[in-house]
Amino acid sequence: MSCELTQSVLDGYLDGELDAARSADFERHLISCPQCASALEKQEALRTSIQQAGLYERAPSTLRRKIESQYGVARAVTPMPVKVGVLPSSWRWLAVAAAFFLALFFGWRFLPGLGANRAQIELTSAIVDAHLRSLQPGHLEDVVSTDQHTVKPWFDGKINFAPPVHDFAGDGFPLEGGRLDVVEGREVAVLVYGRRKHVINVFVWPMDEPDTSPQSGSQLGYNWVCWRRAGMELYAVSDVSPTDLDALRKRLSE
Amino acid sequence: MSPGVEGEELDVLDSQERVRFEQLVLPHLDAAFNLARWILRGRNDAEDVAQEAMLRALRFFRGFHGGDVRAWLLQIVRNSCYTWLEKNRPMELSTEFDEELYPQPGVTPESLAIAGDNRERLTRALEGLPPRSREVLVLRELEGCSYKEIAAITSMPIGTVMSALARARQRLERALTQASAARNQEANREL
Repeated sequence: MSCELTQSVLDGYLDGELDAARSADFERHLISCPQCASALEKQEALRTSIQQAGLYERAPSTLRRKIESQYGVARAVTPMPVKVGVLPSSWRWLAVAAAFFLALFFGWRFLPGLGANRAQIELTSAIVDAHLRSLQPGHLEDVVSTDQHTVKPWFDGKINFAPPVHDFAGDGFPLEGGRLDVVEGREVAVLVYGRRKHVINVFVWPMDEPDTSPQSGSQLGYNWVCWRRAGMELYAVSDVSPTDLDALRKRLSE
Repeated sequence: MSPGVEGEELDVLDSQERVRFEQLVLPHLDAAFNLARWILRGRNDAEDVAQEAMLRALRFFRGFHGGDVRAWLLQIVRNSCYTWLEKNRPMELSTEFDEELYPQPGVTPESLAIAGDNRERLTRALEGLPPRSREVLVLRELEGCSYKEIAAITSMPIGTVMSALARARQRLERALTQASAARNQEANREL
């Protein structure tokens, strides 16, 4: 490779980074310059062989899990902007305010009597997070079936409780499948229902406490309803209306 | 349920940040790991450094106001990698200007020649390049970054990116040519 053009332009051409005019110039040049033509050919072959070799290495799932479990840690550390010293004074006040709220937050968390609410809020956050995660491509179902007799046995042997699996297609809530998930370190069964184009995730896990009437709310634009029944705690989350969600809850409670 | 106002608000803010992080940054975890793996030449170290970089990204996330999130994240990953190398294997950075004399340890034309398949041969050849040649190749050929993105990630001017890529490709080609020469020699000796 000795042509001057080869050194300076060939890679830009190869990478499609030259503008149209320079690109056309180089193509004209290629016809009359066997050195450049052969260099280009070599580089293209090298690129093909790199791309065919499958050198891209994806993140191991252990790393993904570690990062997800670190959110909590990072959250506790995050709220301070970096380099408080160079911030304008209004920001400094904001930082002080943030510290104040942070203190309040932790104080709140450990105040006796209010702990139950706190736990409920955290559980809701975890459930909504799990719902969002499930909407990522390929995460929704481990077993895809509209047949409750396929979905129910699928859970056998994977978890030590039997979630109530029923198809309500006749009522406009077709069962679409199920999966296992982990919420706050606890293994849960998830039933996936459809409602028109929407997805409803119903998280189920065993629970010793007595039945409760449903509680509901919304977070980040997602509606949720939770209740306890027959030794199970159930949490339904979706972007469908609270009315729809409650309709499914009633069917699940029958 | 009637949670206190302060607790509720702070919690929602946090969740929103987290959801935004999950939606914007987490999808680039593979890119982060891949870059770290190639700069550090090993999966275990890459896992540690990528994890640290993601945590750093989470901390700085409030300061990210839109733009190319992959480039933003990869810049953090790259910096974390070099910090780690400086601390743990400074030799690899200091041999930068002498790589003709001191190729990356463990990579010789002979070792390339006996590499089993195309993938192994290319892996070793790439690992034999100085880290700064390796990173531009990985960003361009594996990650498919544009010159502009590579410039943002590596803090180099675009013109420098182009010449760095040109040099890296020539080096890689030379390494592979030497390897096949060594292989031929070996084959002749056996005859």
